[in-house]
Amino acid sequence: MNAHVQGCTAGAEIAPKPVRRESGQREVFCGLTGIVWLHRKIQDAFFLVVGSRTCAHLIQSAAGVMIFAEPRFATAIMEEKDLAGLTDANDELDRIVTQLIARRPDIRLLFLVGSCPSEVIKLDLSRAALRLSQKFSPDVRILNYSGSGIETTFTQGEDACLASLVPAAPPPGTGEDQLLVVGALADVVEDQFVRLFEALGIGPVQFLPPRRSTALPAVGPNTKFLLAQPFLADTARALEDRGATRLAAPFPLGVEGTTAWLRAAADAFGVERARFERVTEPYRVRAERALTRYRSELAGRRVFLFPDSQLEIPLARFLSRELLMQLVEVGTPYLHREHLSEELKLLPSDVSLTEVQDVDLQLDRCRAAQPDLVVCGLGLANPLEAEGITTKWSIELVFTPIQGYEQAADLAELFARPLVRRAKLVA
Amino acid sequence: MQLTVWTYEGPPHVGAMRVATGMEGLHYVLHAPQGDTYADLLFTMIERRDRRPPVTYTTFSARDLGGDTAELFKTAAQNAYHRFQPQAMIVGASCTGSLIQDDPGGLARALNLPIPVVTVDLPAYQRKENWGAAETFYQLVRALAGPSAPASGAKRPARAADARPRCNLLGPTALGFRHRDDITEITSLLMKLGIDVNVTAPMGATPADLARLGEADFNVVLYPEIAGQAASWLQRTFGQAFTKTIPIGVSATREFIEEVATLAGIDAAATLAASSTRLPWYSRSVDSTYLTGKRVFIFGDATHAVAAARIASDELGFKVVGLGTYSREFGREIREAAKKYGVEPLITDDYLEVEAQVAELQPELVLGTQMERHIAKRLGVPCAVISAPVHVQDFPARYAPQMGFEGANVIFDTWVHPLMMGLEEHLLAMFKDDFEFKDGAVPSHLGAGHAAPDAGKSASQAEPVQALVEASGIAVTWAADAEKELYKIPFFVRGKARRNTERFANENGLVTITIETLYDAKAHYAR
Repeated sequence: MNAHVQGCTAGAEIAPKPVRRESGQREVFCGLTGIVWLHRKIQDAFFLVVGSRTCAHLIQSAAGVMIFAEPRFATAIMEEKDLAGLTDANDELDRIVTQLIARRPDIRLLFLVGSCPSEVIKLDLSRAALRLSQKFSPDVRILNYSGSGIETTFTQGEDACLASLVPAAPPPGTGEDQLLVVGALADVVEDQFVRLFEALGIGPVQFLPPRRSTALPAVGPNTKFLLAQPFLADTARALEDRGATRLAAPFPLGVEGTTAWLRAAADAFGVERARFERVTEPYRVRAERALTRYRSELAGRRVFLFPDSQLEIPLARFLSRELLMQLVEVGTPYLHREHLSEELKLLPSDVSLTEVQDVDLQLDRCRAAQPDLVVCGLGLANPLEAEGITTKWSIELVFTPIQGYEQAADLAELFARPLVRRAKLVA
Repeated sequence: MQLTVWTYEGPPHVGAMRVATGMEGLHYVLHAPQGDTYADLLFTMIERRDRRPPVTYTTFSARDLGGDTAELFKTAAQNAYHRFQPQAMIVGASCTGSLIQDDPGGLARALNLPIPVVTVDLPAYQRKENWGAAETFYQLVRALAGPSAPASGAKRPARAADARPRCNLLGPTALGFRHRDDITEITSLLMKLGIDVNVTAPMGATPADLARLGEADFNVVLYPEIAGQAASWLQRTFGQAFTKTIPIGVSATREFIEEVATLAGIDAAATLAASSTRLPWYSRSVDSTYLTGKRVFIFGDATHAVAAARIASDELGFKVVGLGTYSREFGREIREAAKKYGVEPLITDDYLEVEAQVAELQPELVLGTQMERHIAKRLGVPCAVISAPVHVQDFPARYAPQMGFEGANVIFDTWVHPLMMGLEEHLLAMFKDDFEFKDGAVPSHLGAGHAAPDAGKSASQAEPVQALVEASGIAVTWAADAEKELYKIPFFVRGKARRNTERFANENGLVTITIETLYDAKAHYAR
């Protein structure tokens, strides 16, 4: 549990930055949490967690409010007898899936989602998915992935989910290059990007995940894809295995990130520079103007990011370059050096990066540094506020549309609001 | 396997966390994978706690499984001891932690920490949150109070003549429904009676406090789900009797005072005479006439559900049409109470089953948990929360106990507030065609946010009035004009009218319901 700072380097071709790698208690969600937004994104999919009461309790607690009539997720809670024999567990799973599909005939895609207990007892969900697919084909497609905490951290659950969709994607019909945007985005953000790509003459652009499972994008050697989220390592690998090419880019957070992200696609699709400038300029100007107010509120403020969603590095880049905040420490649950290479180049050379965490030691450093703003999870936020430290809950950064030009100021506002609020309250 | 959409209770280690988080000077080292730390947010967000729960998670990952997870546990326990310097520690495993069979108890003992270390083995695949809390509290009490137990068979010495009687308050934990305020209310009630509180536990107690539980003359069990097991052990070991009455509601509070007075050997007559609560008068005042016979569905933990049924029936004049609990361990209590009100007890932790029953019974008020609040909202039935599981709004800023006389006042307000007031109900019935009284009108004091389920639907597009197939197998059909007449009845009693009319038609062998059938049924079922 002792922290050890390693002089580990981040690949030869990018500026080496020292990364502190810690081990110890990690105050993060597991990958099952992604179900909270994925089940809304893919509208005909159902997520069945095969796990324990803890898994069920986690998802409903992370969802916070139980607003959905009958959500498109559920847990098959394993009981003592399921642990005793795997044959029985498989029979039980078949029974539950049959029961579920009978009750939800509208479902076209069912994910069997592995959990810590199902992984530890080695319940083979990929075989179960195959077996059940044969039974329910062609009405319902059944896939599986693991959202277990022993293998995935928070947003990696989305990665595992999307990676499981890739083999199911159809081959491309034509030989023309196609742009694929990968990573769940709010519908409104997706629509904005569609309009931008159209204006650039790139299109039709496809999205993974699609809003309906029956509209999976075609994937093949002529697929060029942009990652919209920084946590999609396995999905990218699965796409590359199908011959697709990743377009290296920073992530579409802030004006700078969005522009560079769009430009990566524009360059790959041979869009002329002049056209790119002409199309993006009004958006850039408008977003810049909206950001100005928040820059004056945030410039020079010191921010400390606890690891949560892997969005931390793109966020830190946005906060430091567009809002002129000072980065005290940037924690991330996992640092994918290749996918983040364009981001790492843009961070200040003396940035303090931490991969994984020992939450107690990290809290010690945070308290010692007394930052103006701490970005952290829900378990830490109120305790830090009670100590007089202003916080921004990181989960909101995953549940809010923050990508693209029109959301750049919204993103800045999320960081400004806690500081504004603290300044307003006198009692 | 059990298909679960929402769960009423978390896993048993969350129960252990509720005990540990309620206490001071205790630390919980939990062998658990990454992700189980989600449980912290229950306390920091829902209960708005200003400190992290005193829990260290080993957060092992897949990579560790091939290596030495036992070593990981020992390091975590050692570091937690040094960092937090607790008076005592509990150790255990979450559902996944228990599968890897590292024996946290044995590992912790091997560390030879200079504090008591209590092992809590919680069968995660059989038991749930409340059971976990009860077991943890029991193990802690046994381990910490046990050393000062008198010799077996020794008679409890009589209290000194000049000493005030003392009791312990047992059961309140972190994340409990109104535990915070119940403690204040009951402590002050006991003070008025001349009884001192020796220790309140788990909430607010240190391990050192648990060690002196035996010093009290008797125990007050506020929440049997959590403290029942510990109280039985204290009775066996220290000869401490414990209370059986839960002081929720006016009558129960008065009985509680009498029970406590008997255990303490004091006279409660003066306190009972001086006690004041507004509920009985508010309930007798003519404005409350409209509460008479309101159909109420009750679901929660057994203690709160049974108490709610008694208040609803005896103190507010409602009619209990459904009563249930998610705590199977307390099924007997619910079955007994259900018999009293002539209803079928509903003992289940399947949220969908509860929803189906609420929909079928069509109550006018639902008293339930956070989950029933959602059921009621969807069905457009007023609702008040009476039991855990709870949400952030169930931790109000104001003082809002459920127990004692002030608790009864709070309950009167909380249950009556969501209902339509008497005259308003009448006006809606009389002038239903007033354009502002459109279908789905809600109590005017609740504002626009409280939308009714079928708001905006006209009679023609409402759900088809058809096919209620009773045991006889005959489907009853509504004539068009009768259906139209049905929709002149305000929506919040329409369900009852429809059900009664259909039952009446069935019993009388009628195939078609006419306007006359509607009014015949109305006369038949007239209160």
